[in-house]
Amino acid sequence: MAKQFMKGNDAIIVGALAAGCRAYYGYPITPASEIAHAAALHFPALGGVFIQAESEVAAINMVYGTAGMGIRTMTASSSPGFSLKQEGLSYCAGAELPLVVVNIDRGGPGLGNIAPEQADYFQVTKGGGHGNYRLITLAPNGAQEMCDLTMKAFDLADKYRNPACIMADGITGQMMEVVEIPEAKPVPYDHTAWAVDGTPATSKNLISSIVLEPSELEEHNLKLDAKYREIMANEALCEEYRTEDADLIVVAYGVISRIVYSTVDQARAEGLKVGLLRPITLWPFPSEAIAAHAERDMRFLAVELSTGQMVEDVRLAVGGKAPVDFYGRCGGMVPEGAELMNQYRQLMEGVVRS
Amino acid sequence: MKVYEKSHSFYEVFERKSGPAKEATHYCPGCGHGNVHKMIAEALEDMELTSRTVLVSPVGCSVFAYYYFDCGNTQAAHGRAPAVATGVKRANPDSIVISYQGDGDLAAIGTAETIHAANRGENITVFFINNAIYGMTGGQMAPTTMLGQRSTTTPLGRQEHVHGNPIRMCEMLSTLPAPTYIERVAVGDSKHVMKTRKAIRKALKIQAEGKGYSFVEILSPCPTGWKMDPTVARDWLMDEMTKVFPLGVFKDESDNVDEGSWDREFKPFDTDQVNAYLDRLKTSMTEGAQVTLKEDLHCKFAGFGGQGILTLGLFLSQIGMRAGQQVSWFPAYGPEMRGGTANCSVNLSNERIGSPLVDEPNVLVVMNQPSLDAFEKTVPDGGLIIVDTTIVQGKPDTDRLNAVMIPASKIADEVGTPKIANVVILGALVAATGAFTPEYCMETLRSVIKKKNLVEMNMEAFRRGYDFVKNQ
Amino acid sequence: MTNNAAVDAPFMEVNAELCKGCQLCVGVCPKSVIAISDDLNSASYHPAYYTGADCTGCGLCFYACPEPGAIKVVKP
Repeated sequence: MAKQFMKGNDAIIVGALAAGCRAYYGYPITPASEIAHAAALHFPALGGVFIQAESEVAAINMVYGTAGMGIRTMTASSSPGFSLKQEGLSYCAGAELPLVVVNIDRGGPGLGNIAPEQADYFQVTKGGGHGNYRLITLAPNGAQEMCDLTMKAFDLADKYRNPACIMADGITGQMMEVVEIPEAKPVPYDHTAWAVDGTPATSKNLISSIVLEPSELEEHNLKLDAKYREIMANEALCEEYRTEDADLIVVAYGVISRIVYSTVDQARAEGLKVGLLRPITLWPFPSEAIAAHAERDMRFLAVELSTGQMVEDVRLAVGGKAPVDFYGRCGGMVPEGAELMNQYRQLMEGVVRS
Repeated sequence: MKVYEKSHSFYEVFERKSGPAKEATHYCPGCGHGNVHKMIAEALEDMELTSRTVLVSPVGCSVFAYYYFDCGNTQAAHGRAPAVATGVKRANPDSIVISYQGDGDLAAIGTAETIHAANRGENITVFFINNAIYGMTGGQMAPTTMLGQRSTTTPLGRQEHVHGNPIRMCEMLSTLPAPTYIERVAVGDSKHVMKTRKAIRKALKIQAEGKGYSFVEILSPCPTGWKMDPTVARDWLMDEMTKVFPLGVFKDESDNVDEGSWDREFKPFDTDQVNAYLDRLKTSMTEGAQVTLKEDLHCKFAGFGGQGILTLGLFLSQIGMRAGQQVSWFPAYGPEMRGGTANCSVNLSNERIGSPLVDEPNVLVVMNQPSLDAFEKTVPDGGLIIVDTTIVQGKPDTDRLNAVMIPASKIADEVGTPKIANVVILGALVAATGAFTPEYCMETLRSVIKKKNLVEMNMEAFRRGYDFVKNQ
Repeated sequence: MTNNAAVDAPFMEVNAELCKGCQLCVGVCPKSVIAISDDLNSASYHPAYYTGADCTGCGLCFYACPEPGAIKVVKP
C-alpha cells in the first residue's frame, strides 16, 4: 500500500522530504518535538542536514543561511519557540527568502501549557516580527493535510520568495491518520538570479534586508506590498460544507473545523441550517468567500481555540453586512460537539426551522 | 616585480555604497576594519577562493562589508552570523564561509551562536574584530570594553562591580575540544599587522582544507569611539589593550587534523533517491479487501501506561486502514502520559471523520479502575464497554450498557505474557462489534507486528479474546 | 608587463581622493618618505603623498593603510 498510518507531526516531514527540503534546523519543544525527531531520522539518511540548534533564534538563522542559497529548508516549533523566531522571520521576509516554518500552537501567553490552542493567530497572520511583512499561512486539519500543505507551503514560498508557515494545533500534530505517501517531483524554481550559495554562478548576489536610504526602503516595502496583494488575490483557500443555504455559517480552522464538521449534519437533523466554512489559508484570509455569503440573510459564528482572533478577520471580510458572533475556548480546553450545538441553538433562536 | 595594490577580491567600484565616493570605504580614518578587509581580500585572491566564498556580514560598523567584497554576500541579524554561516556551509560544504563579526555582535548578543558554532566544529572561519566598543551605535560599552574605559554608557569608566569584566573569547573558546585554530592578533604596529595577515591566511587555509573551525580575534582600533587620533589609537591598542587581551595562539590543531576531516556531507535533492526512501516509509501491510462498517466505531481505550492501550488503538486503526476506512487515533499526550495513565481516542468510519476526539464512545475499553470511573458515564445507552476483570474490580451498569467482562490480563498471562492483554481485548472487541472477521484482523496483525517471533503469541491472544466473547 | 622597463626604482603612490589622512602610513614608513599634504582633498582630508625618493617597496604602508585603494606600492 502507498499509505502509512502516521502522526500529523511526522506527516509534515514526509511532505517536506517529498518537496525537496534538504535541511532542517530545530530546537526541542512540546508538542512539536516529533517533527524534529522525524527530521533527525530522515534528513541525514538522505544526505541532507539536521541540526539541533542551540536556540530557536539560532535555528531560524541557520534556516536564513540555507534559504539564502535557494535550497529548501525549514524549522518547526511551538508557540514560545515560535515567538523567539520572529526576529529571524522578519529578516527572512525582508530579504525575500523562501522557507517553511511550522508552529504547532500551544497554550499561552508565556509558558502557558502544552495543550492545543489557536491563540497565535494574530502573531502568525499579521506578521509577528517587526516591519511590513506577512507570512503565507496554511492551516491543516488532519495528517494528510499536514503532509500536503507542507509541500504546498514550499511551493508558495518559492513562488513568492517569502516565508510560509504551517499553523497547526497540538491535536493535529499528535493524532495519527492514514496518509497517502506523496511522490517527490523536481523543484521547478531556479534561484540562481538572487541566491548566494558559495558558487561562482551566484558570487555577485547579495542576501540582505538592510536598505539604508528611506526612499529605497519605501520602494522595497511597496514592492513587498505589491507581492502580498498578489498573494491575497491568488492564493486564498477555503473549504465549505453545506454553506449554500446555511442560516448560520461557522468559520473555523484546524482541529476545531473537524469538531464543527461533526456537528453540521447533526444540526441540520434538528432543523438548524448550519454550514462550515474552513479557511485553509489563514493568510491570505479567504475574505471573498466569506463576504459572498454576507449578501443574503444569514449570520456567522467564528469558533476558535482562543479568546477571539480570527473573528476579527471574519468581521473585516463581512464589513458589517451580517452579524458575526464568536465562541471560543482556550488554555487547552477544546469544545465538545454538544457545546457547539448549544451555541447554534441559542444563536438561531427565532430563526424559522425548515 | 611585486605590486601591492587593491585586491581583485574587492569590487572595482563600490556600487552598493550609497552617496558619492564609491571607491572609498565608509569607515572612519584609521579604523582597523579596512586593514582586516584588505588582508582577507588579498588572502582570498591569492588562494583563489573568492568566487566560492560567502561572506556573512554582521550588524555593527562592518554591516556593509558586502559593499566591498566581490564574493557571495549574506547579511545577518545582530549576533546571528555564526548560525547563518552554519546554514550556508552545511548546505554547500565546498563553499568558503566567513563570519565577520564585531565585539558586541560576537561576544554579547551573539554569544550563544558563537560558542555553539565553535563547539560543533563548523568548518567556517570567524574573524572577530575586537575594538572594545560599539562603534556603529555611538560608542557604548562593549563586552570587551576594558575596566576604567569610558564609553557613552560608562561615562565614568567601566567598573567591575557594576558592568562586569571584559570578556576574553579566545580563552573561553579554547576550552572547547572541537575548534582547530584560535589566535588573537592585533592590527597595531607593522609587525603585528603582518602577524595578523599570517593568521588570516592560516585560518582560511584550514577551512579550505576541511580542517575545521578557525577563529581569529583581531584587536583593532576605533579612533572615533575612543576619541583618539589614529596613530595614538594604534599605540593605545598595543600598549593597553594587549594587557587585557594577550596576543598569541590559544589553540592550533591544524597539524594534527587530517584534511577533509571536518567536511560534512550534503547531497542535493534527487527525486529518485527520495522516492526510493519514501517507499520504505509506506506500510508493510499487505493489500486487504475493502470492508464496510455496519456502524462507525468511536472508541476510547483507557488504562495504565504500559498496558498497551495506545498500541491497541494503533492495531485497530491499522485494521481499519487496510479495510479502506477513514481512521483517526489520538492519544492523551504530555504530562498526563507521565502520570501513569494512558488513553486514546480511535475513530473508524466509512465516511470522513469529523472530530478526532471521542467524547461519547460507542466502544469503551477500560483496563483499570480509574478509567471505568472516569469514562463509563460518557458511553451512550446501548454502547459497548469492555472491562479487563483481572484488574478492574468495579462493575459497569449492565442494564444500560452492553458489557464484555473479560479477564484479559489473566488470559494473556496464560498465553505467554500479560503484556499482550491488549491483543486479547482487541479479539474481544472484534467479536463483540462484528466489525471484521478474525481472519482479516489476524492477517493484518501479522504484517504490522515488527517482532516476528512474537507473531504467533499475538495470534493466540487475539483468538482467545475473540473466542471468549463468541462462546459467551 | 609592458612598463617593466620604465620602472626601475621602487615607489609608492597615494590616491589622494581616497586617502582619509589618518597618517598611519607616515608612521610606519622605515624611510620616512611619506608626508602629509597641506592641500585638502574633496572629502576635506589632508592626504598623504610620496616625497619622491628612497622608497624600498617594503609594502608596510600598504598594510598599514585601512583604505583598499588609497595606496599602491611597486617594487620592480
